[in-house]
Amino acid sequence: MKNKFIKNALGRRIPAEINGKKQIPFMGVNKYKPEGKIYSRKIPSNVDYPLDGNKKVINLKEALIKSGLKDGMVISTHHHFRNGDLIANQIFDIAKELGVKDLIWFPSASFPCHEHLIQYLEDGTIHHIEGSMNGPLGKYTSEGKMRGTAVLRSHGGRYQAVQDGEIEIDIAVIGAACADTFGNANGLVGPSASGLLGFALADSEYADKVIVVTDNMVEFPCLPWQIQGNRVDFTVEVEKVGIPERIVSGTTQITKSPDRLYLAELTAKFCEQTGIIRDGFSFQTGAGGTSLAVSDYFSQIMRKKEIKARFARGGSNKYLVKMLEEGQIDYILDGQTFDLDGVKSMAKNPNHVWTSPFTSYNFHSKGNFAGMVDVVILGATEVDVNFNANVVTHSDGYLMHGIGGWQNCLFSKTVILPIPLFRDRIPVIMDEVTTICGPGELIDVIVTERGIAINPLRTDLIEKVKNSGLPITTIQELKDEAEKICGKPEKPVFSDEVIAAIKWVDGTVIDVVKKVEK
Amino acid sequence: MDNKIAEAGNLGPKVRSDCHVKLELTKENGLQIELKSKVESMYGKSIRALIEKELKFFGIENAVIEVTDRGALEHVLMARIETAVKKLIDTDLEFLPEFLPENNYGTAKDQFRFSRLYLPGNSPSMMINAGVHQPNGIILDLEDSVAQDKKTEALHLIRNSLRAVNFYGAERMVRINQGKKGIRELKHIIPHNVNLLLIPKCESGAYIKKLDKKINKIKKEHKISNQTFYMPIIESAMGVEKAFEIATASPNVVSLAVGLEDFTADLGVSRTLEANESFYARTRVINACKSIGIQPIDSVFSDVGDMEGLYNTVKKARSLGFEGMGCIHPRQIQVIENAFAPEESEILKAKKIVAAFEDATAKGLGVVSLGTKMIDPPVVKRAQKTINLAVKLNLLSENWLKEFN
Repeated sequence: MKNKFIKNALGRRIPAEINGKKQIPFMGVNKYKPEGKIYSRKIPSNVDYPLDGNKKVINLKEALIKSGLKDGMVISTHHHFRNGDLIANQIFDIAKELGVKDLIWFPSASFPCHEHLIQYLEDGTIHHIEGSMNGPLGKYTSEGKMRGTAVLRSHGGRYQAVQDGEIEIDIAVIGAACADTFGNANGLVGPSASGLLGFALADSEYADKVIVVTDNMVEFPCLPWQIQGNRVDFTVEVEKVGIPERIVSGTTQITKSPDRLYLAELTAKFCEQTGIIRDGFSFQTGAGGTSLAVSDYFSQIMRKKEIKARFARGGSNKYLVKMLEEGQIDYILDGQTFDLDGVKSMAKNPNHVWTSPFTSYNFHSKGNFAGMVDVVILGATEVDVNFNANVVTHSDGYLMHGIGGWQNCLFSKTVILPIPLFRDRIPVIMDEVTTICGPGELIDVIVTERGIAINPLRTDLIEKVKNSGLPITTIQELKDEAEKICGKPEKPVFSDEVIAAIKWVDGTVIDVVKKVEK
Repeated sequence: MDNKIAEAGNLGPKVRSDCHVKLELTKENGLQIELKSKVESMYGKSIRALIEKELKFFGIENAVIEVTDRGALEHVLMARIETAVKKLIDTDLEFLPEFLPENNYGTAKDQFRFSRLYLPGNSPSMMINAGVHQPNGIILDLEDSVAQDKKTEALHLIRNSLRAVNFYGAERMVRINQGKKGIRELKHIIPHNVNLLLIPKCESGAYIKKLDKKINKIKKEHKISNQTFYMPIIESAMGVEKAFEIATASPNVVSLAVGLEDFTADLGVSRTLEANESFYARTRVINACKSIGIQPIDSVFSDVGDMEGLYNTVKKARSLGFEGMGCIHPRQIQVIENAFAPEESEILKAKKIVAAFEDATAKGLGVVSLGTKMIDPPVVKRAQKTINLAVKLNLLSENWLKEFN
């Protein structure tokens, strides 16, 4: 049957159905609200579980068999172990061994280490992936080799999709740095410490079956229980859940690139001039080298002004921890720890608090933290003259990154994207982005090395930087400058085949990614 | 020229904004273009068209050309292709990118030269954003940072960059090679609006005069009116002895710089942090400059991670009389400029002195005094210099005197 396409509010053509499910096209920011009740899993009874609380089974295979692993199931994992994850690959090794087919993998993010799974996409063990697509998996998907369509969601959107029943998790496998046989678990202590387990929270609450896997099984009670054992079906002890040196993110050093440092400094100056940096403000910067440098410049400005921030949202790292310890920040509200300093701080400092997509980003909650943050500093692969931005594909059309918390953060009070005007010869500011991940109305400021463009909707910011001496320009002028330097690019050629859907935070489809023509 | 295959440009996983060209002249089959480019989907067509246009420009009808492109801008592609062509064909033709009108500015003899950013002449990625960091000057280097076998391709790249890269108002400088080689390079760079030439290992006024003659000839041919200034680099014992002769060899000499690595090598001693071994050389150069009102410029500070060390070194240099320092990393620019700027306490003291002088002049008094202290005329002169500098650097309003009184 030929798929019908519908234009969404941003003019992007969206298929009516994806993976056999009816889709709702993006209607605009805050325009769509589903009705009904939150999805609920089957009712469990404690009589089905051992009275002594010991739910340990001999291995992961046993746990998966006991969980009823069968064809077509949705299997979820989380990404707190990042590129050091040893669990996801094992699950599908076992599925292959058992001859199970057509599984849907629902990770909170994928990493290059998951290239191992391409063989299972090839042989039919996995039907498709609903989660971020990094590196090799992104390339595989972009070339149209996956049978189903990839579905990319933000961290908050993943929680939303679970809560409104868009996706029903059959088995959740939660790797944990520390757990007891009852299933209480945390990410704080053990050889594979990753800080917290926030990305597995929805899975633990809504999956039909929940398996906790650890290499650090402690006697009950495992404290603190970031994951509650009362929601867990089976526990498994393995030799290793992760490779510690790959758990910490690769981008935890401040950039040494003079161009990026310049961008970071200019961003911080903008925040200073506009009064965003004031006593008691709040901010969020990501893990990339430029973002870390922004935090560092924030720190210098705060020291000079003798002020402090009420809270910073993590991804935490050593620089943020240092600010917390020196009293420049009252609290870190952390979604993930990017390095061991972050992990240690979270374990010992009561003001370094773990959060989850539920508290931070969720669409179906009675509010969330994202809108309370004064300023977020984010990245993008492309931005267009309407301030729409792309984070998932490169200009050649290849899917290379996940959305992460990026879409959710767009709801903060001021969103700033420090990005180079071009990378090598690839313009970053253009007429139309390859893939829209965030609508321009939520993106306030683009900081480039050749000028700062403020979204015309933010008349308040435009007013504040008058006579500031900052290099203020318009997005159109930036685009023209990029084309003047790089030349006007040809449009990459795409086929009509949709290989991935990009969900907005409310579950509607904001854009799709087409197969790359080689 | 017998060889039929030539290469130019850079290859390797770390190479960015650059390309590599391998050209083979053939007898038939027209132009065969093999392009591997990371920007194929966006610029593949235009790169192929450029290759064809350029080869035809040089009269090449039959060739196999392999271009491995890592996101090179057009002027870089053009330079690399030209180099490969010129390794195989003897020609005076030049395939030039359009000259950016915003690059057609001149500079002044006495403008600030606190910070000058050195850029290796064969690395296009560093040149593209150099102006963004707003140094007083940008030096495209043909000398020490370029390997011997890459000199010609660097020359083509620098020429094209002078035309096509926006330097955002920084003084456009080129460091040529020493001796005759440097003089041969002039015809390739002077027509493209070079504001200042750095002349390495300069040891005589005669060399400057020779350079002057050659440059004037090129300028006449190309009807160039913008001035080209010289900054000879003193980096040998002989150079130090001839400092005054060099400084006065041409009115275009606006500054002398010292190069301490080569100088200490010439002396046969090690370069130390205290720099006692070069104290005489440095002060000699400073004195030669100050005697005719041009700028003495200090050597570079090579530890790019040590900003405190850099700041202290510049402060010391400033206290000796230097008026600038070379930068080898953009992060050094701001530190150097901050260190050369007069301190708040200096400005305040200067304001008091100049105000007292103005007051005394208004009252027709011959003697200037501040409190119970008499102020000598040279002190007033120095204070006025500090004030002028502070005003130029936007540390002080032009109308400060009104506000002060």
